Amino acid sequence: MNTRTFKVWRGDQQGGDEVTYRVEVAEGMVVLDAIHQIQRTQACDLACRWNCKAAKCGSCSAEVNGKPRLMCKTRMDDYPDGEIISVHPMKTFPVIRDLVCDVSWNYKVNKKIPPFTPKKDANWVMYQEDIDRVQEFRKCIECFLCQNVCHVLRNHNMNEQFYGPRSMVRIASLEMHPMDALDRSKLLKEDAGLGLCNITKCCTEVCPEDIHITDNAIIPLKERVVDQYYDPLQIFWRKIKGDHANSKPHHDKPTF
Amino acid sequence: MSVEEKYEIHEHDVIVVGAGGAGLRAAIESSAMGCRTALICKSLLGKAHTVMAEGGIAAALANVDTQDSWQTHFQDTIFGGKYLNNWRMVELHAKEAPERVRELERWGAVFDRTSDGKILQRAFGGHTYKRLAHVGDRTGLELIRTLQDKGIHQGIDVFMECTVTRLLKDGDRICGAFAYWRETGRFVVFKAKAVVLATGGIGKCYKITSNSWEYTGDGHALGYEAGAELVDMEFVQFHPTGMVWPPGVMGLLVTEAVRGEGGILKNSKGERFMERYDPKRMELSTRDVVARAIYTEVKEGRGTPHGGCFLDISHRGAEYVKKKLPSMYRQFLELADVDITKEPMEVGPTCHYIMGGIKVDAETGGSRVPGLYAAGECTGGMNGANRLGGNSLSDLIVFGKRAGVSAAEYGKKKAAPEVGSTIATQIEEAAQEMTAFFGRPHAEDPYKLHIDLQNVMQNLVGIFREEKDLSKALNKLEQLKHRARNVGVAEGHRIYNPAWHLCKDLQNMLTCTVAITKAALMRKESRGAHSRLDFPNNDDYWSGHNIVVKKVGEEMKIEPHPVVQVPELKPLVEEKKAKEKK
Repeated sequence: MNTRTFKVWRGDQQGGDEVTYRVEVAEGMVVLDAIHQIQRTQACDLACRWNCKAAKCGSCSAEVNGKPRLMCKTRMDDYPDGEIISVHPMKTFPVIRDLVCDVSWNYKVNKKIPPFTPKKDANWVMYQEDIDRVQEFRKCIECFLCQNVCHVLRNHNMNEQFYGPRSMVRIASLEMHPMDALDRSKLLKEDAGLGLCNITKCCTEVCPEDIHITDNAIIPLKERVVDQYYDPLQIFWRKIKGDHANSKPHHDKPTF
Repeated sequence: MSVEEKYEIHEHDVIVVGAGGAGLRAAIESSAMGCRTALICKSLLGKAHTVMAEGGIAAALANVDTQDSWQTHFQDTIFGGKYLNNWRMVELHAKEAPERVRELERWGAVFDRTSDGKILQRAFGGHTYKRLAHVGDRTGLELIRTLQDKGIHQGIDVFMECTVTRLLKDGDRICGAFAYWRETGRFVVFKAKAVVLATGGIGKCYKITSNSWEYTGDGHALGYEAGAELVDMEFVQFHPTGMVWPPGVMGLLVTEAVRGEGGILKNSKGERFMERYDPKRMELSTRDVVARAIYTEVKEGRGTPHGGCFLDISHRGAEYVKKKLPSMYRQFLELADVDITKEPMEVGPTCHYIMGGIKVDAETGGSRVPGLYAAGECTGGMNGANRLGGNSLSDLIVFGKRAGVSAAEYGKKKAAPEVGSTIATQIEEAAQEMTAFFGRPHAEDPYKLHIDLQNVMQNLVGIFREEKDLSKALNKLEQLKHRARNVGVAEGHRIYNPAWHLCKDLQNMLTCTVAITKAALMRKESRGAHSRLDFPNNDDYWSGHNIVVKKVGEEMKIEPHPVVQVPELKPLVEEKKAKEKK
């Protein structure tokens, strides 16, 4: 049993600072365990959002030594003995108190995405190989670490123009669903700001579920938008065919 | 100042407390029927414990084992519940689960597929046929996300990180709820004609549990205080396979799907010990049997270094394991440095689920309090003395829908409640209860009290019970209740203050634990998840009775009630009893 030094950000919207705590560390402990120990023994009002402690609910997102992580799966033994461990709330979202920040923007944005709408002739026969990639996207636990790290949102504050990587994963999971009827390309191009992503892949790096956000969701979506709006040959070919023979309707908003 | 001036007030036809599978499904149905619906949840939307369910949704779709039928599902559930279930609930569940699963698919859920493109189903403990529709080992996430994404486009008002502390009544009738915002600590009053409780379980009452932070038996306590009956409270399910090492992850769930996909249990001697406990079903026996088996192996000195047993799936091959059990693979690798494709896991029993809860009518989900409905884990009766894996997720969507329909029908019929003087008094009492936790002189520390409570339950009201331990527990719980009247936090802020929240949660946990312990004392037999060392056999009387808990005046009264049977289903039940005797 040894003791480690933690510097945990305490404060609210008006401001705050790191407060130093000493924590007794046991084998296999994670950062969330340390936060709980601080709550129990030194700072009973230390505000921290958490739920499952098994990296499945996405509640305990924070920045540990500058890296966006889930606290419940950040092992203490990842940090060499003697290294001070700093824990901060996610920087991109407005802080509420201590390690809890206001993530409601993510929910507002999600609501703008037209939901799953089945094809009229859907027969619900789907093969595993057709749904593998959709299932990858649906592993998302909505931890919002990708939203937090994306420089478009984090540094450029473009939350009015860009829905963020999480939303792109959601849109991809709908667009690639074999039974979905809608075409969300216009939304992607305009409201969702897909063009603002310049493929730096920070989102992919922080995803605790290992979703290949950039390669498997964002880039294919970009390709679809390009095909739809920017490829002169495709546009020409569609004009010749007399518009879309078995096309999907263009919808930005759900029709029910 | 009037109530309207003092507090934030919201008015709806129906409010649903809890946004897991059952709550979401109820809210979706209620709003689809045209009622103004509020959904109130303690955590962020989409993060209720349903998200952690791993195994699958049990439904007699017969996609893999074509001989499957609702009748067999009914029989399996009744046998799992050791015949104490509410037969009508089990019947409705078995009949309606397949349609509820297909409905999820129509709402965008993407289940693993058979080779001919249909929903794949896997084997699970106690199910005669392969019945569990699943997505790898993250079915709960799929379910809650599908319902969440459906629900948010229906005009439901969602109140996230809002905790209900009291239900409000207009005479006998429910008329709303009092709550606080976790973020600001400010109070909020919800006026409603009908309330659906869908608040999940009580895991946080135990030291070793798979449950998340939220599960402090709020709905059980709210319902009890409002006059509803609780049933089957003695039946607490200890899932046989929780992690045991390192200490920080003790209790975390290791899905039954590991055994469903071929995982085998061994003791420290390398024996496949389930042969001695249930040679017919082995690792896929019902959870109560497996939990007791592992506990016994460890107690008798055949446990692993960290006090569990070995669960091994490495023989299935790395590719298969990573494909079908990806989150188990990661969980063990990242949190315990164990590669399950190469080595066995150490597992042991963990408090996982409570079969007991608010007694409801099978068809409507209605409690005996007019306007109060309930669905999901916070209800009792569906699972009897022991729940089969996979039956919870299906329970949520079948009875979530039914409760939503009934609450909506009630909400449409009734006039809106008045915020008269009796309700104003209730509101002030509820506010007083919360503010009184601040600035108490020599206040009890809520965290210490919580640990003490968890230790009492873990040590004295666990897998194996006996009279002297249970009586001792009851005494200790009374002392804890006394201490809890003086629990408090230093004068300070109410902004997202976890110690303050815990002060109230403790009151709910104490109500539930006293009910559990009293019922455990009364049931002098062993059945399903309730094992009495001093009464190791079934008892004829108790085989036909459930135990009901209710508030009479200020006292908690408990009494037996006959099991709710359905005459037409008797042949099915008798057939199963005969089969199991062989």
